[in-house]
Amino acid sequence: MAGERVAIEAASAGFKATCLSIVPPRRSHSSAAQGGMQASLANCCMGEGDCTDTHFEDTVKGSDWGCDQEVARLFAETAPEAVREMAFWGIPWNRVVAGRSTYFKGGKKHEKVEPAEKKGLITARSFGGTAKWRTCYTSDGTGHTLLYTMDNKVVELGVTVHDRMEVISLVHDGHTCFGAVARCLKTGALKSYLAKATLIATGGYGRIYRETTNAVINEGSGAIIALDTEIVPLGNPEAIQFHPTGIVPTNILVTEGCRGDGGTLLDVNEKRFMPEYEPEKEELASRDVVSRWMTHHIRRGFGVKSPYGDHLWLDIRHLGARHIKTKLREVEEICNNFLGVDPVTQLIPVRPAQHYTMAGVRTNKDGAAYGLKGLFAAGEAACWDLHGFNRLGGNSLAETVVAGKIVGKKIAEFLQGHEIQFSSAIVRDAVARNHEGIDRLITGKDGNENVYEVRNAIQEELMERVGIFRNGKDLQKAVDNLQEIYHRAKKVGLRTSGIGVSPELALALKIKGMVKLALCVAYGALKRNESRGCHAREDYLARDDRDWLKRTLATWKQGDDLPTLSYEPVSEVIELPPGERGYGACKIITCDGEILGD
Amino acid sequence: MGRRLKFNVFRYNPQDSNSVPHTDKFFLEETESMTLFIALTQIREEKDPSLQFDFCCRAGICGSCGMVINGRPGLACKTLTRELPDEITLMPLPVFKLIGDLSVDTGTWFRAMNEKVGSWIHTGKTFNPNVEEEKMDNALAEEIYELERCVECGCCVASCGTANMREDFIGAVALNRIARFMLDPRDRRNERDYFEVIGTDEGIFGCMGLLACEDVCPKDLPLQDQLGILRRKMGWTAIKGLFRFKQ
Repeated sequence: MAGERVAIEAASAGFKATCLSIVPPRRSHSSAAQGGMQASLANCCMGEGDCTDTHFEDTVKGSDWGCDQEVARLFAETAPEAVREMAFWGIPWNRVVAGRSTYFKGGKKHEKVEPAEKKGLITARSFGGTAKWRTCYTSDGTGHTLLYTMDNKVVELGVTVHDRMEVISLVHDGHTCFGAVARCLKTGALKSYLAKATLIATGGYGRIYRETTNAVINEGSGAIIALDTEIVPLGNPEAIQFHPTGIVPTNILVTEGCRGDGGTLLDVNEKRFMPEYEPEKEELASRDVVSRWMTHHIRRGFGVKSPYGDHLWLDIRHLGARHIKTKLREVEEICNNFLGVDPVTQLIPVRPAQHYTMAGVRTNKDGAAYGLKGLFAAGEAACWDLHGFNRLGGNSLAETVVAGKIVGKKIAEFLQGHEIQFSSAIVRDAVARNHEGIDRLITGKDGNENVYEVRNAIQEELMERVGIFRNGKDLQKAVDNLQEIYHRAKKVGLRTSGIGVSPELALALKIKGMVKLALCVAYGALKRNESRGCHAREDYLARDDRDWLKRTLATWKQGDDLPTLSYEPVSEVIELPPGERGYGACKIITCDGEILGD
Repeated sequence: MGRRLKFNVFRYNPQDSNSVPHTDKFFLEETESMTLFIALTQIREEKDPSLQFDFCCRAGICGSCGMVINGRPGLACKTLTRELPDEITLMPLPVFKLIGDLSVDTGTWFRAMNEKVGSWIHTGKTFNPNVEEEKMDNALAEEIYELERCVECGCCVASCGTANMREDFIGAVALNRIARFMLDPRDRRNERDYFEVIGTDEGIFGCMGLLACEDVCPKDLPLQDQLGILRRKMGWTAIKGLFRFKQ
C-alpha cells in the first residue's frame, strides 16, 4: 500500500510511475491489517482532547525511545490529514453515532455519551499503548478498504501496475540506483526496469519465522535486494514484533481491536491475568509487553494444553453478537472457518506469533535509503524509523499512508529536473548475473540441497532461539547454526526443471538472502546487550540508555558469512527525553548511568 | 482424522512445450484442521515442487486462492478437508487466463473491470486538507462497507453462466461495485451515468438470474439483492430514457 501511495503522489506531480507487485496489488498483505489506522482527530468522546502531541508521545513511548523523534513528529502531524484524504477518496470510515452507548473496558461495562455536534464525523476505537481512542476504522476490514481505495486511485490516475513481478536485484553502480531486475511470475522471464527513482515497499520479512501472522509473500525480498548491494544497510534488524493474538494453530491474526473494544485474556482457569502484571493498562499495554506477559504466564504453568502446545484464551463473548457481527466481522469469520469456534459464545485460543518487522531498509526522514542515490523505501519494508523497538497497533496502516504521502512528495521533488545517465553495461551485467544464478540452480551446479528443508531450518532456528525472550547463549548458538545453514543455502539445487513460473525457483532465488536476514536478526540481537521494546534479553534486563540509545545498521559484504554491524544515534532531535513508558515496568539505566526501577 | 485423501489436480504448464493438460494424483494423510492451503503446500514441498497455485494471506482475506473444488468455485485457504469427501478434485477457475496448473491471471481481468466501471469516487471537488471531513451517517458507512467487503477472488465470475459463455460480461463483482458507488453520496455520478456503464447486456441485462454468484461468494455478499435492485433501477432508467427520446 505504501508503494501505491508513493506512485499516486509521483503520478499526480506529472511523473510516470510503474508499480511492480509480487501479487495483484489488492492482494497485498496490507489487506490483512484489520483494526485500524491511528490519527488524532479527537472526534469521538473517548478521544476528546487528543492531539498530535499525544499521538507523538504515545508513539515514542511505544517505541521504547528507539524511534527517530523527528519522524514520529512528522508522522503524528500528517496522520489526521491523511485519514481525511482517504475519506475524500472513498473510505467508508465508521462514524460517530450521537447519544448514549455502552462500551467494555477490563471486562466491565461502561457508558459514554457522544455529543450531537460530532455526529457523522470519523470515529475511533481504543488500541494498545494509546492515551486516547485514536484508531480510525472500517469494522475490522480497515486494511482491506484502505488498499482497495488506494488501488482505485491508482486505476483512476492510470498508473501502470505490472503484477506478479518479483524484483530479484537492484541495478546500481555503487553510488546510484538505476532500477531493478525482476522476474515475471506469469512466465518466468527476466525483465529489467530502469528508473530515475526506485522505491522498495515490499513489506516485512515475517516468513523467516515459522509461526507468523504474515502472508506467504512476506519473505523479505525488498530487504534482501538492499542487503545484496553491500552498501544499503538494514536498520535495527533485531527489532521483530510478536502480536499477542495469533490463533492456535494457524497463527492467523485476530485484531488488537478485540482487546481495544473490551475483550480480555484468560488463562487455563479462565481467569484474567493481565491486571496482575499491568494494573494500569491491563490487556491494552503495548504488544511487546502483553506478548511477554503471556509467554511468562504460560511458562508459570497457566497455559491451556493443546496438541499444538500451550495457549491462552481471548474472550470477546461479553461484547455481544451485535458488536461482533458489525465491528469484528473478520474475526468472527476467521474463528468460524479456521477454528470451528463461535466467538459470540466460545473462547478463542491464542498465543503470540511473529507479526511485524520494525526493522527494514534504513532511510532518512525523506525516505531516501542510506548509501545509494535514487533509492527509496517506505512502509514496513523501511526503517524510517517510526517504530523503534515496538510498533503501536494502528500505526502500521497509518505509516503506509502517511509515509507514502510524505516520501512520494519527496521523490517528486527529487525528480524535478533530475536527469541521470544509464549505462547499458551495468544493466547487461545485472541481467547476466541473474541468468547465471538461475542456470546454476536449475543445473544443480552448486549442490542439491532441498530449498524447503533449508527454509525450514532457518525458521526452526529463529523460533527456538530468537523469539520473544532472548539470551546470549541461545543467540550465539543461533548465529553458529545459521552460519551453517547459510553454507547449505549456497548449495541449493532444484528438483524440478525450473521452466516457467516455477515456485521452487522463486524460493531458491531468495533462500540465501533469507538466511542473511535471519543472521542479521540473530547477530544484531546478540550484540545488543540490553532490553528495549520487543528485544527482551534475559541476561541484560535493563533498558540501557547510557550505552544503547542507538540504532543498529547491518550491511553484508560479499564473501562474508556474518553481517557487518555499525551504530548511529536513535534520533538527532530528542524532543521527549527517555523515561518510563507507563507500562511494562523494567529496570532503566539512564543516560547519566543512574539505575531506575527493578 | 486418519483419512487418506486422494487429490486429483489439474496440471498444465503453458511455458513448457512438453507439457500437455492432464490430471495428477496425489495422496495425503489428513491432519486435524487441515485446509487446502496446508494440503497443497505439503504436496508442493514434499511431492512436486513444480505445482503452481496461489495463496497469499491464507486467512480468507486477500482473495488469491480461488479454484474449483469438487466442481464448485471457492477459496482454497478457508476450505477444510474435513468438509470434503476422501477424493478431492481441484481445477483452475474458468473464464480467467491460465498461468499454470491451479494458478490463473485474475490481476489483469480485475484491473480491466475496475477501469471499465470507473471504480473510484467521481467528484468535481478537490481535497481541502484544512477543513473537517464531510459528515456521513454511520449506518450508511456500514451499508457501503457491506458491499466493499468483496475481495475480487473471481468465484462469482467463474460460477456465472453468462460469464462462461461471453467474454464481455462484466460479472456480479462489477455490478456489486457499481451498487457500492451508487450508495455513496461522495460519488457524483447519476443514474444515467451508471446506466452508460451497466445498462446493456454486457452489464445488468446480461444476468440470467441463475445466481450461482451469491451461492459461491466466500464473503457472503448480498449479490442476489444487489442484482435485483440494479435491474429494477436500470430498467426504470431505460424506460425514462426511451420516454425522453420520444419527446
